[in-house]
Amino acid sequence: MSISIHDVEHVAKLARLDLTDAEKETFTEQLNAILRYAEQLNALDTENVEPTTHVIPVANVMRDDEARPSLPIDRVMLNAPDEEDGQFKVPAVLE
Amino acid sequence: MTTTSQRYETVIGLEVHVELHTKSKIFCGCATSFGAPPNTNTCPICLGHPGVLPVLNRQAVEYAMKAAMALNCTINTETKFDRKNYFYPDSPKAYQISQYDKPIGEHGWIEIEVNGETKRIGITRLHLEEDAGKLTHVDGGYASLVDFNRVGTPLIEIVSEPDLRSPEEARAYLEKLRAIMQYCDVSDVKMEEGSLRCDANISLRPFGQQEFGTKAELKNMNSFRGVQKGLEYEEIRQADVLDSGEKVVQETRRWDDAQGRTLSMRSKEEAHDYRYFPDPDLVRVQIEEDWMNRVRASIPELPDARKARYVSVLGLPSYDAEVLTSSKELADFFEDSLQHTSDAKAVSNWIMGDLLRYLNENNLEMSAIQTTGQALGEMISLIEKGTISGKIAKTVFKEMLETGKAPAQIVEEKGLVQISDEGAIRGIVEQIVANNPQSVEDYRAGKEKAVGFLVGQVMKETKGKANPGLVNKLIVETLNR
Repeated sequence: MSISIHDVEHVAKLARLDLTDAEKETFTEQLNAILRYAEQLNALDTENVEPTTHVIPVANVMRDDEARPSLPIDRVMLNAPDEEDGQFKVPAVLE
Repeated sequence: MTTTSQRYETVIGLEVHVELHTKSKIFCGCATSFGAPPNTNTCPICLGHPGVLPVLNRQAVEYAMKAAMALNCTINTETKFDRKNYFYPDSPKAYQISQYDKPIGEHGWIEIEVNGETKRIGITRLHLEEDAGKLTHVDGGYASLVDFNRVGTPLIEIVSEPDLRSPEEARAYLEKLRAIMQYCDVSDVKMEEGSLRCDANISLRPFGQQEFGTKAELKNMNSFRGVQKGLEYEEIRQADVLDSGEKVVQETRRWDDAQGRTLSMRSKEEAHDYRYFPDPDLVRVQIEEDWMNRVRASIPELPDARKARYVSVLGLPSYDAEVLTSSKELADFFEDSLQHTSDAKAVSNWIMGDLLRYLNENNLEMSAIQTTGQALGEMISLIEKGTISGKIAKTVFKEMLETGKAPAQIVEEKGLVQISDEGAIRGIVEQIVANNPQSVEDYRAGKEKAVGFLVGQVMKETKGKANPGLVNKLIVETLNR
């Protein structure tokens, strides 16, 4: 499995990253190096190993349905680039 | 309207989102109340600050299980959460926690009834996910204000099979879904408040063709009527495209209720590459047998079962039973009435007639009315006892709906007790007959209608309080003397 420059362009677009041609080449090489490294895992026999999404054997970590106080509005807004009427103000994304 | 149905077969599938009415959000303890000031129900978790960890709300999982079971789904004993990646200002994390390949429930079905025919509609899947924030566009569309209160409200997404064959069926399916969710008590299911939302996929194909035609995805249908209207419009639009020899473009279209048409949303390419992957911050959920049994036991009698009982036990016509069970509030109101009268059909008539008309005319929800089912039952028993006439009862019921006063109190206060005293009525009858010689002549000339006129005059004289049966009898007696 290897990554082409088109894959990098596609993922960069999805991630809203604006890459130069030189960067695209660099990342293509680097990502392929990472994949080659991970490919060492293929040497292992995983025939009888169940696929998993977690390495720790824990399930059902849940909380009771109780409402707790939220963050005060002035602290919520600390990270707002711009605000209006207690709301975050952002450039419109046109669909 | 052209008859597209004669040329093409319509294929519709619905994607329905239902907000679960938990007290707190799905992954944090912020309250889920509707209508709070913007961003006051937020915290570092739902705002997507770095380094925070989500913890799953058990109640949200149970509500989703309950809903899935009520829709006859198979419950996945092993379920998990995945990240659906997308950039949009309504999602502070730039991903939505959802379920990809292991939804809570799959392979379900519900039954709908359209034009007297029952049809089974398949449910592909039901999964649990978090809601997004709300955007308000300002500055002439150049900026958006973001309210994150809704972020993290638990949602279930219910995807139907493409089994629906008309906009009418789609509406019936949506209404049945709402009723089931309401009976299960997992959501407020109010389309106007956004706790029930519906997107649709619709395509047309020539009759007899196996493969589906190219579909359009329809959004922004904010009412049951809107869903039906939007699909009806799209049916005709696609038929026109096909008739002219062109191809339907696969795209997302927005229903514009004011204009009464659908408009292309020109979605960007690659918009649907969500790069799903398992959320490493959340461990898997295992649904054991006893947990499943406990949730299953909490499911109440559902609309179809209630409807069947109203027909078989109470002897109601199928149509009445369908209308009464279409909402839990209406069905409960109906059953409460039966505590004071055994005449189920009479109760049904009052509900389907005067009550629903009152709600429609005033654009009200059941929750807004002042009276109770018990009070309606009491009122009907007053009619049964002859205390008030059916005609007077209409006035009484209206007053009950508006003020919430008990029927007996209204009758007493307004002096509406029916006059059944023969002597008192006879006096008025004789006076009316004497004052209307023309009617008497008409009657003797064989015009039976004259009786009706005279009855009307007596009712007018007694302000509607005279027992109409008695009045009729006394008038005929007097005329025949």
